[in-house]
Amino acid sequence: MHEAAATPAWVLIAYLIAGVCFILALRGLSSPESSRRGNRAGMIGMAIAVVTTLAVHEIASLPEILAAVAIGGGIGLITARKIQMTAMPQLVAAFHSLVGMAAVLVGAAAFLNPGAFGILGPDGIEPVSRIEMGLGVAIGAITFSGSVIAFLKLNGNMSGKPILLPLRHVINLATLAAILGLIAYFTVDQSPWVFWTVAALSFAIGFLLIIPIGGADMPVVISMLNSYSGWAAAAMGFTLHNSAMIITGALVGSSGAILSYIMCRAMNRSFISVIAGGFGGDAVAGGAAAAIDRPYKRGSAEDAAFLMKQADQVIIVPGYGMAVSQAQHALREMGDLLKKEGVRVKYAIHPVAGRMPGHMNVLLAEANVPYDDVFELEDINSEFAQTDVAFVIGANDVTNPAAKTDKSSPIYGMPVLDVEKARTVLFIKRSMGGVGYAGVDNELFYRDNTMMLLADAKKMVEEIVKNLG
Amino acid sequence: MDFVSILSIFVLSCFVGYYVVWSVTPALHTPLMSVTNAISSVIIVGALIAAASAASPAAKWLGLLGVVLASVNIFGGFAVTARMLAMYKKKERPVPQGDKTHA
Repeated sequence: MHEAAATPAWVLIAYLIAGVCFILALRGLSSPESSRRGNRAGMIGMAIAVVTTLAVHEIASLPEILAAVAIGGGIGLITARKIQMTAMPQLVAAFHSLVGMAAVLVGAAAFLNPGAFGILGPDGIEPVSRIEMGLGVAIGAITFSGSVIAFLKLNGNMSGKPILLPLRHVINLATLAAILGLIAYFTVDQSPWVFWTVAALSFAIGFLLIIPIGGADMPVVISMLNSYSGWAAAAMGFTLHNSAMIITGALVGSSGAILSYIMCRAMNRSFISVIAGGFGGDAVAGGAAAAIDRPYKRGSAEDAAFLMKQADQVIIVPGYGMAVSQAQHALREMGDLLKKEGVRVKYAIHPVAGRMPGHMNVLLAEANVPYDDVFELEDINSEFAQTDVAFVIGANDVTNPAAKTDKSSPIYGMPVLDVEKARTVLFIKRSMGGVGYAGVDNELFYRDNTMMLLADAKKMVEEIVKNLG
Repeated sequence: MDFVSILSIFVLSCFVGYYVVWSVTPALHTPLMSVTNAISSVIIVGALIAAASAASPAAKWLGLLGVVLASVNIFGGFAVTARMLAMYKKKERPVPQGDKTHA
């Protein structure tokens, strides 16, 4: 008795329409103008999927379901309204963990009550459904525990430093093999212990996979977990024979995979080397120690204001340091004052600046920086040579010329912004002691045309604004 | 639906996803993540089926918990995406350089 076979055609068509809405939601993001229409299409798709499901199943507990939606929806709306834009990476990680957990819960519910899902065959749960269910729960659990670790690291509850267990590759591969073996065994023996062991091992490996990954690789981690949450939804869609879930899962899965690929390319690292972990602790590399004694030029807000006022063109390069000190609004104000002086102001964004793909763009958008003034690396890199001032605010690794010249540097080969070609480089940094997230010193600090502005990014920009006024 | 039809839907959707996501402008990669997060919560469909059935109380409660979690994501994900996209909106009216007065 396969319930899915008896699904009425209108239901299949409704799920198909929901799937199309989700495709339109992503398609809309090709430009800011169409993006809001896309977001609305996504909401409509979700409403269609939910209403269709409620209409086609016999509902024994509507009040409880409505209460659950109200509780969850309320928490979601309040969080979405209150969250600071600088905290988006943590929020997205937290949301990924919820999708992962929901997949585990749906898998567990399907295991306990297969009849409701139409996957009950003559010998218990149908074998193909057992595999799909096992995979769905495993991917969901990995997404959950991995996202929780990512959240703790991004939120500062846990150090961004990689935690490297001895023999971790052996442990991880053995655990992975055990999970796959048990899922295979699940097809012949659907005892509860097999199911719950798969879940438990998957929770453990999600944890083990993310703890060795350092802070600098967070944009890849977030995209990777985004991808996993999609594959978890797709696997549950297979279990439930639900086309809306499969279409959505595939969309989200490919989206995360593509973003991971883009982030890896922007760091010139392979996906394998990222998930193997280790890159980008708090301050680990050897080059850092030698830095203390080297001479450098230190400037004041007054100097910076004077230099920029005289410039024809200033390119601002924001990084995570800007996000941490919430300097985006002050920065926009500075840009506006410079424009009044007749200076051309542009912003250059490195793809992995910040802790998630596109994070800097969001912060600049929040501060009302005109969209047309913001450029990607490829589009602006050639302009530094004709620029009077490059204003680097809390972006160390993505401007480090060692990536181009020093073969021994851990970031060698990573595409960087050519800020050193500008006539003057103004570099805001909290102190000379710390190094960037990759743990590499930046030779740029000690060059003749570089002026270090040592202070909290926001305070320094506010000082400059005062001096420009 | 048989397994092969489902597999076809899956494989074709992966291709659609591949081409659609490459067309997303890099400036919108963060909203892309929050909106994909919201739509992957379509997993609520599974949670609703579990929560709706009276056959197993344990499965029902797991389903209800799943509905709560997925709802956080659906409402939170779409709302925070809308909030971000609204910030990009202001830049649709480009301000001529040099004569922008701000409050």
